[in-house]
Amino acid sequence: MKYARLLLANLSRKKIRTTLTIGSFAVALLLFGILSAVRTAFSQGADIAGVDRLVVRNKTSIIQPLPFSYRDRMLRIPGVKEVTYLNWFGGIYQDERNFFPQMAIDVPTYRKVVTDIGVTDAEWKAFEADRQGAIAGEDIAKRFNWKVGDHIPIRGVIFQGPWEFNLRGISTGESNAGSLLPFMFHEDYLEERRAFGKGTVGWYTLRIDNPENSTRISKAIDEEFSNSPFETKSDSEKEFAASWGKQLGNIKLIIMTIGAVVFVTLLLVTGNTMATAIRERVRELAVLKAVGFSDPFVLWLVLAEGLTIAAIGGVLGLILAVVLIPGISRALAGLLPPLVLLPRDTALGLVFAIGAGIFSTILPATSAMRLRVVDALRRV
Amino acid sequence: MPIPLTYNLRSIRVRWASTIVAVLGIAGTVGVFVAMMSLAKGFKATLVASGSPNNALVRRAGSTSEMDSGFNLEQVKILQDAKGIARDADGPLVSPEVVVIAAFPLKSTGTDANVQVRGVSPRVLKVRDQVKIVAGRFFNPGLNELVVGSNVDKAYIGFDLGQKVLFGGGTWTVVGVFDAGGSAFDSELWCDATVLNDVYKRPTNIFQSATAKLTSPAALTDLKDTLSADPRVTVQADREIEYYEKQSRVVTSLITVLGTIVASIMAVGAIFGALNTMYSAIAERGREIATMRALGFGAAAVVISFVFEAACIALIGGVIGCVGVLPLNGLTTGTMNWQTFSHLAFAFKITPTLMLGGIIFALFMGILGGVAPAVRAARANVATALREL
Repeated sequence: MKYARLLLANLSRKKIRTTLTIGSFAVALLLFGILSAVRTAFSQGADIAGVDRLVVRNKTSIIQPLPFSYRDRMLRIPGVKEVTYLNWFGGIYQDERNFFPQMAIDVPTYRKVVTDIGVTDAEWKAFEADRQGAIAGEDIAKRFNWKVGDHIPIRGVIFQGPWEFNLRGISTGESNAGSLLPFMFHEDYLEERRAFGKGTVGWYTLRIDNPENSTRISKAIDEEFSNSPFETKSDSEKEFAASWGKQLGNIKLIIMTIGAVVFVTLLLVTGNTMATAIRERVRELAVLKAVGFSDPFVLWLVLAEGLTIAAIGGVLGLILAVVLIPGISRALAGLLPPLVLLPRDTALGLVFAIGAGIFSTILPATSAMRLRVVDALRRV
Repeated sequence: MPIPLTYNLRSIRVRWASTIVAVLGIAGTVGVFVAMMSLAKGFKATLVASGSPNNALVRRAGSTSEMDSGFNLEQVKILQDAKGIARDADGPLVSPEVVVIAAFPLKSTGTDANVQVRGVSPRVLKVRDQVKIVAGRFFNPGLNELVVGSNVDKAYIGFDLGQKVLFGGGTWTVVGVFDAGGSAFDSELWCDATVLNDVYKRPTNIFQSATAKLTSPAALTDLKDTLSADPRVTVQADREIEYYEKQSRVVTSLITVLGTIVASIMAVGAIFGALNTMYSAIAERGREIATMRALGFGAAAVVISFVFEAACIALIGGVIGCVGVLPLNGLTTGTMNWQTFSHLAFAFKITPTLMLGGIIFALFMGILGGVAPAVRAARANVATALREL
């Protein structure tokens, strides 16, 4: 620590360059932070989907319904603990741009399958008691500034006409990592008013006894309904969530490839600047060695300089990312689920920054360490 | 008197090693900017090309897309007699259509993606005259036959001519391939609307949309007036091209917003790079600059000269960036269209305007990175600078 002043003096030797280098690191890490959050949003839900849950949908496509009668037939399949069903509502709140997922859920069974949706028991009771009750994910509620008790009109598009809901609860979900919690309301209410497709459901979600059996149970279900007018396709909830992300496919891949290339380039360019800064000072380092400092000391001094710059820049960039992400998330509302920077990605970013700091200084530092003092002093 | 521009050009050549950092930074930024924007442009172009200014797309009033629209045969009949609809010897040029989606495995990943299946009227080729059969033949009305878009066979497993395809509880035969000029239809399967309704167990004579050829682009107003005046129908008519443009909005704005965010952050990084390069250029040339000042070149001339140098570096970066992403032009990729939940193939579209935009962006970054160092160069004290090593 007693050399802190020397380190500081080295850093402030060319203040502008040091500032710009720190700035470049910050920019690289800011970009890293934002892209990590976008990546998480693209793989929406796949990370948090329950492992002990299966989704059963119509084999032809998700927009084709399944009959209600499948519920009891599925319950008879060994390993299936609970079955609930959902319907995609797809209405419009005020304006088309305000897209958010809306689902009709079977209230008596839903919480038996999705055990923790992050609402208090009091909220759930109020929701159960109100036929027009609804529960909104916290991100949706925040976006439209809804409070419990609010009256929410939604214009039905698939199920036409005006629909009215009373907000009875705001859910925080099992974990809010990058997935948009839907707006949920009573299936009974939908069933009563829908003009077509009565007695059908959008898809089933079921809880099974053991995640290890999921393949066997999926197969058993699909076999049970094969050769019927409504064939099914069963997947674990994780695969179901991931299948949506996969369809976005190339866009995600392209953005991520671009991001990765850019990030690496930024780090390389910054590293190059740092390396040049050290090469310029070989003579000074030789002087240090001439007055008696050891080789490893010189190495550490130079490394410490690189590390300081990288760490300050990296932390700054990540702080900026944390500050800016909510704003970006708002700009992308309705296009992507809310952006969240996971702690895992923050740590990874710091590792990259510090790694780049070490990598770009270690080569000039070792060559400075190995250099014979006489040769170095003779250099101009 | 200005400093000769050759001075800067030769400096860049001599100091190329330290210039590279700035050039790379700017090239990368411009490259990303152009690539992202061309992606958004390509997606939009694909959907917009699906529509024709001469066609009207009719769907239930208030519906957001064909997927959630619906009306019956009676309304189709009224539409066929409406004012503004073009006719030929066989009657009005209207194609009432049904749209569903079915999942098929992608060749690239083996995972399922949704394909839009469009049940059309046998007269559809007369209505959408940009669509041409390029292999095989058109389907026979009343049979389980499919004609597939030119991207379908490329993107999905099992759509060769003559092959049997299973979906929706029916067995279909691929009898032809059509080319729709790079539009969204190229990612679709077409078959007889009546057969599709039957196989999917939907009520017969219910259609989701109708595409009608207009007597002239201006006839849309007539059609709209007729339809809104008739109490028997609850449909709205839009120009086909406008309908598809609106459909492209979500994905286009997603890419544009993301692209802008990424490019602007990178721009900050690139400006830092340019600043660094220019500051060290000026630090190394302190004596040169002082000499020029001593010779009688004014401070303004020095500022202009160095801003010009920065702009040159930026221009090189900009050109490299644009040329670097040029191979992407025409590259086909695919994503999901959120409005229809179906997979859509489209291509990067790099236009001259986009490249010009990239170059201007580069110049902007270069000038921003050049002004501060240039001002510092002009401000230095001539006498002290000359004395420096």
